[in-house]
Amino acid sequence: MSETETASFPPFNGYVTVSKDASIGMITLRGALNSKGLGLAVGKSLPKERCILDAKDMQVAWMSPDELMVLCPKENVANLEADFQKSLGSQHALVSDVSDARAVFTLKGTNVREVVAKLAPVDMAPGHFGTGEMRRTRFGQIAAAFWMTADDEVKIICFRSVAQYMYQQLCVCAARGSELDLWT
Amino acid sequence: MLIFECPYCGIHADETELSPGGEAHLKRFGPGASDEDFEGYLFMRENPKGVHFERWRHSNGCGKWFHAARCTMTLEVFGTYKAQTFEPPQEIKDKITAKRPGWSWRTFS
Amino acid sequence: MSTRLSSGGRLIDTSKPISFTFNGKSLKGYEGDTLASALLANDQMLMGRSFKYHRPRGVVSSGAEEPNALVNLGKGGKFEPNQRATTTELFEGLQATSQNHWPSLEFDIGAINSKLSRFLPAGFYYKMFIHPRPLWKHVYEPFIRQSAGLGQAPSAKDSSTYEHFYAFYDIAIIGGGLAGLQAARVAGASGKRVLLMEQTAHWGGRAQIDEEMVDGVPVDKFVDDTVAHLQSLPNVTLRTRMMGAGIYDHGYLLGYERLSDHVPDAAGPRHRLWRIRVGHIITATGAIERPLSFAENDKPGVVLASALRDYLIGYGVSLGDRTVVVTNNDDAYLTAIAVKNAGLDVPAIIDARQGGAGELGEKARALGIRVETGKGIARVLGGKRVTGVQICAQVGEGAPLEEIPCDCVAMSGGWSPVVHLWSHCGGKLYWDAENVMFRPDVQNYPIGYDGNTFVAVVGAANGHLALDAAIKDACDQTASLAGVSNPPELPSVASRQDALIEAVWMMPAGAGIKLRSKAWLDFQNDVKVSDLQLAAQEGFESVEHAKRYTTLGMATDQGKLSNINGLATLAGALNADIPAVGTTTFRPPYTPISMGAIAGHSRDEVFQPIRQTPMHKWHEAKGAYMEPVGYWRRPYCYPRGGETHAQAVEREINQTRSSLGLLDASTLGKLVVKGPDAGKFLDMLYTNMMSTLKPGKCRYGLMCSENGFLMDDGVVARIDEDTFLCHTTSGGADRIHAHMEEWLQTEWWDWKVYVVNLTEQLAQVAVVGPNARRALEKLGGMDVSKEALAFMEWKDGTLGGFDARVYRISFSGELSYEIAVLAGQGLAFWNALLEAGEEFGVTPYGTEALHVMRAEKGFIMIGDETDGTVIPQDLGLQWAISKKKEDFLGKRAQERSHMVDPDRWRLVGLETTDGSVLPDGAYAVGEGKNANGQKNTIGRVTSTYYSPTLKRGIAMGLVQNGPERMGEVIVFPKTDGTEVTAKIVDQVFYDKEGDKQDV
Repeated sequence: MSETETASFPPFNGYVTVSKDASIGMITLRGALNSKGLGLAVGKSLPKERCILDAKDMQVAWMSPDELMVLCPKENVANLEADFQKSLGSQHALVSDVSDARAVFTLKGTNVREVVAKLAPVDMAPGHFGTGEMRRTRFGQIAAAFWMTADDEVKIICFRSVAQYMYQQLCVCAARGSELDLWT
Repeated sequence: MLIFECPYCGIHADETELSPGGEAHLKRFGPGASDEDFEGYLFMRENPKGVHFERWRHSNGCGKWFHAARCTMTLEVFGTYKAQTFEPPQEIKDKITAKRPGWSWRTFS
Repeated sequence: MSTRLSSGGRLIDTSKPISFTFNGKSLKGYEGDTLASALLANDQMLMGRSFKYHRPRGVVSSGAEEPNALVNLGKGGKFEPNQRATTTELFEGLQATSQNHWPSLEFDIGAINSKLSRFLPAGFYYKMFIHPRPLWKHVYEPFIRQSAGLGQAPSAKDSSTYEHFYAFYDIAIIGGGLAGLQAARVAGASGKRVLLMEQTAHWGGRAQIDEEMVDGVPVDKFVDDTVAHLQSLPNVTLRTRMMGAGIYDHGYLLGYERLSDHVPDAAGPRHRLWRIRVGHIITATGAIERPLSFAENDKPGVVLASALRDYLIGYGVSLGDRTVVVTNNDDAYLTAIAVKNAGLDVPAIIDARQGGAGELGEKARALGIRVETGKGIARVLGGKRVTGVQICAQVGEGAPLEEIPCDCVAMSGGWSPVVHLWSHCGGKLYWDAENVMFRPDVQNYPIGYDGNTFVAVVGAANGHLALDAAIKDACDQTASLAGVSNPPELPSVASRQDALIEAVWMMPAGAGIKLRSKAWLDFQNDVKVSDLQLAAQEGFESVEHAKRYTTLGMATDQGKLSNINGLATLAGALNADIPAVGTTTFRPPYTPISMGAIAGHSRDEVFQPIRQTPMHKWHEAKGAYMEPVGYWRRPYCYPRGGETHAQAVEREINQTRSSLGLLDASTLGKLVVKGPDAGKFLDMLYTNMMSTLKPGKCRYGLMCSENGFLMDDGVVARIDEDTFLCHTTSGGADRIHAHMEEWLQTEWWDWKVYVVNLTEQLAQVAVVGPNARRALEKLGGMDVSKEALAFMEWKDGTLGGFDARVYRISFSGELSYEIAVLAGQGLAFWNALLEAGEEFGVTPYGTEALHVMRAEKGFIMIGDETDGTVIPQDLGLQWAISKKKEDFLGKRAQERSHMVDPDRWRLVGLETTDGSVLPDGAYAVGEGKNANGQKNTIGRVTSTYYSPTLKRGIAMGLVQNGPERMGEVIVFPKTDGTEVTAKIVDQVFYDKEGDKQDV
């Protein structure tokens, strides 16, 4: 992360920690969500509805019935983009690098579920949301998507222009003293 | 605050994840249409006390438009379905008929 | 006097004393006290003044229904008015002051209103202050404002924090009394997710006061055991200090959790608003006792019988040495017995019923308490405290039979089930005449998502006032809706034989006007029996009208005590049945909730999202004056030294026109539209023909709504055969993206087009001015000459090592390049441009310079020249409307007769004859007057600026037949009464031939 990034987003040590991730690669794919469509690009195993799955060197998230998002190391974006275009050939699809359009945050701590539930109208109770799922929703007043990488870690993606707002509201909600301890 | 099940992603979405889009199943009239047809398309809307069909978008979610059949008086939801259709699915029409015998707003042939 | 007794007090811990202040006086209480119980323990019976007559008021209840004991609480950033002393938990250092009096609580000058009360009847303000009209604003209103109002508005900013929490449960139970606990035990056994909430700090509800043994063990042990059992269940969540504030559609429930009102220095939020979605809601909210209407029933010392019991048993506080109990039901006998058992005197129980009570009557008599049946209270005696009562026959007119000295009166007019939550979402009520109460009508239930009910009311809230019936009801209903076939056994509780309640709406029944005009219904708002009767007499027959006319039930307690008595009085006055009169509507929240809780975390820096471009921090660091554009903040100008904004704008324009300026244009919408049908799609969206655009070229396009009105504009670049990039206005990116998706998904879903919004993926910089090319050449990397990149073309390449897409487009009339780079490199690219431009005296410029420069060129701005009623034809943009296309959005609408009317106001330039700047939005007037006697208008200003380039005011405006009236001078009246004249001219003020941008 650059110096200005660190100045704007210092890691926050609340009852859940909030930190901004270094920029990662993200590619939006739109097309037919089947093995003959986008499956050709990302491999045979497409994520199920509302899921995110680990593939080789990348993660593939289901965004809508005709959209996937691929997460990968930033340096792989150009090659992957070209590969996707190639495997999709002439069929009607759209491949676009959106790495710079987004910001990613990590929440870490045993109470991560609570902090999400303070901002998003999503059932965060254990057993009702877990790893492997990807949820598009809103956090406060902005659109966002999140998934759990472990039971104590949440990744959140939002647009880069509202990264400051996202960071600040996560910090407010992760402040010490605001624990519910509902699921711990 | 309503809840609708998004027929695209399966989420029982809180109203705050959705945007309303007015009456569903409007037929577009463009150039060549009579003044009456165009006026009807642009301005005339049903305001039923009872069964209604509406457009909603899962805007803070998968971004897709869907239709909802609900009762404007009790807010009972009869069902939601994808927007790529000219009329409600038979299953939803049957459900409404079972719950509101004799309902009629628009005759879907 | 009221005092703390040496024994008793189930809810307090006398080993933990607490000091607090009331009106600056230091007082002592104990942990577990409420502010009300602690004040009473210190003989502070007088707690406030009523709203209208400023009568002295003591506490009347012990809970959320309290209308009188409202105080200002805390100070500075934690100050809050109108806090109920009865629900305020005592803490060390609490500071409270009384309100609604001047100069002091003990002596209040406003109390003169009470003496004048016969001149201040219901509707007094409506009747008195309507004439003469001009006096209202300058005389009456200021005077009334001075004397009205409850607490003070806080002057300091709220220093507490608040938050929301989204929760999901199968079953939520509201109320932690024995019925609620029983419901939770049953629901817990189902394995479903259960939430149980209790508004106070302790479980057990009234049973903690009124019961001794439950299920063979002392009541507090039973409650503790039950709570421990529930806590052991992983599927059950228990929260105290959390109120079920409101029930809304589709199982939406608001829980209002007060986390630190009782520990104000604790870290974390003060309140948390739980936004809960629930399958089934069970309300076990109990019942509230009603007052009786007798003369002077508002005197400090007249309290609800149950409240007196709460203070006595719960807090070890006696309200007086001699308590007269007056009732129409058996429950109040418990108070008499409790008072007697505490060693205090009960001179009499005055029972309005001829037949008196059931077994409790025997018990009272056995304790030596005198019981008078068929009697009532004619009048309470005393000033700021009760000194006695006159008793009379209930059926008579109030002739005093006897005066009984006493310092406290405990009254009970029966119990009203708390049906508020049931009613919030549409549940209806029925009148149970035998038990004299409104009860939930299960046939008319709140309707949920699936058309079935989602609320069940159990226990006393459902009208089962006897404990055994209440817990059985809770168990049965919960088992049925939770699908529990073998519910846990019911705890054994004492049952008793009560005599039936008798309805008593006026005491005595035949009271004359003198007594009725001193019999209070609404203590806070000073509404009396006589006021309701006057309202009925004056024709306010609907309960909703009578409420608003008299202000009955409009106080902060929302009529929890007064509503039933009030509408029964109204029914009496109208000779109607109570159910025929009906109730007013119960609306959420159940008791007032804090504004902070509603806002949640959304305050200060996260009040709303602020969108920032990749160069935002740079702008801020350079002292840019920022303005909101949608959710974005954009630099308006960059003042240097002591420059005014106007000076900075002038400098930025002059420097850009003479040499080089930079604009952060990253906020412009950038939508990629791709697919075999992309051209066809854009032909429908834009008024122009976009499908004929050649790859490598740019075209300015207009978008209209189906109603024909101009909604957005921007430059479209064709990337390749299948792909277009559409620029939108800064505020329009999300809207136009949604607009495209809407048409693709809902109308032309078989068209092969995908749209992706790259607005945030790319930073964009406009490099503008005669030296723009030289600056880019300094960066190097690609050929930006006229030959390689002509006006209205675009090209990919590198500039100074940055991958860039360069558009030759101009919104200023100068030689101009708009350059897009990856957002992550935006700031570095911006800095590289500043460095390359240094030798040309490069200046960053803001939105105001942008606006002025485009206006000098006569370019329109969406939102200035358009307002949702303007079609492109009005703006002389016919050249951008395709005549070849059969259809596009808005085409049919623009064919309507009104849209082709030659008299429509159309765009022209305006030059003031004196060179001044026209006021923004000014209207031009023409001949004649309209039907309202106002001058006819013939046009209005849409954009107006001082032009540094022309050194005079320039403007654009929409004028009737404008383009046909070139050279004509029209008149614009100003708001100061003067006029300014302006000549109609062409709207292009600068470089009409466009030579400068095309070099």
